[in-house]
Amino acid sequence: MDVKMIADKLNMKVLAGKKGLGMKVEDIYACDLLSWVMARAEKASAWITIHSHVNIVAVALLAELSCIIVSEGVKVESNTLERADMEGIPVLGTTMKTHRTCIEIHNLIKREQKK
Amino acid sequence: MSNGILTLVYDIPAMDMISAGEASSNVKKKLKQLGVNPLIVKKVSISMYEAEMNAVIHANGGSATVNIGTDEIVIIIEDRGPGIENIDLAMKEGYSTASDEVRQMGFGAGMGLPNIKKNSDSLNIESEIGKGTRLEIAIKFTS
Ligand SMILES: Nc1ncnc2c1ncn2[C@@H]1O[C@H](COP(=O)(O)OP(=O)(O)OP(=O)(O)O)[C@@H](O)[C@H]1O
Ligand SMILES: [Mg+2]
Repeated sequence: MDVKMIADKLNMKVLAGKKGLGMKVEDIYACDLLSWVMARAEKASAWITIHSHVNIVAVALLAELSCIIVSEGVKVESNTLERADMEGIPVLGTTMKTHRTCIEIHNLIKREQKK
Repeated sequence: MSNGILTLVYDIPAMDMISAGEASSNVKKKLKQLGVNPLIVKKVSISMYEAEMNAVIHANGGSATVNIGTDEIVIIIEDRGPGIENIDLAMKEGYSTASDEVRQMGFGAGMGLPNIKKNSDSLNIESEIGKGTRLEIAIKFTS
């Protein structure tokens, strides 16, 4: 499963980083403490956060994550989107709550695995 | 550093949360270009990012020197900030004196120094109150 599929199936807005939409998603990680994400997130995870500051792009790149999903309808700062475009890391936006976003992506991954 | 292949030097600007992390991003790109093992690249860039952010958040910026040798990479981050009063305490997971302002951006888990420790083969911290802090982080190619 790739990032594009999450965006399409779950009706998320692709806010930036279209170049990276083909990146594979193998796991999900939700956390709003940046150091914690770098310590714990598996690579190729979809990362769900409510942060919108430009540092989320650096963290996603360092932890080798597939995309950043900004949940709960949080508005993403424009320089974050610019940086994400530059680095080719997708930023998706959703109004879903964080836990709901996890559940929906989990279901998608499971469905794909059955195919 | 007698057997250095390449030395990279960066300035870490103070209180600049927009460009913060640029030095480590740059090092990550350079190491990738050099064909360094991806696992080592990840360890180096995460360690350096944590140290760089600490210099920005806790110490008004500083400088970074990265020595790429034949068998290890050594990262030195120096600042002229307030220093660390109790290094053992600072090394504890969860200990943080981060301000509310940077906590709102997701910093302040108190996981930065433990992350550096975990990702490196050796971590040496020298700090003097009122003078500053110097971190020397070494990551071996064989680790
Ligand atoms: N360069 C520094 N100068 C002064 N104090 C520092 C420096 N680096 C770390 N500290 C002190 O050590 C504490 C722990 O640092 P650490 O990086 O582990 O956590 P943090 O920066 O507070 O949060 P996180 O890294 O998880 O975002 C800091 O809160 C701060 O009190
Ligand atoms: Mg820190």
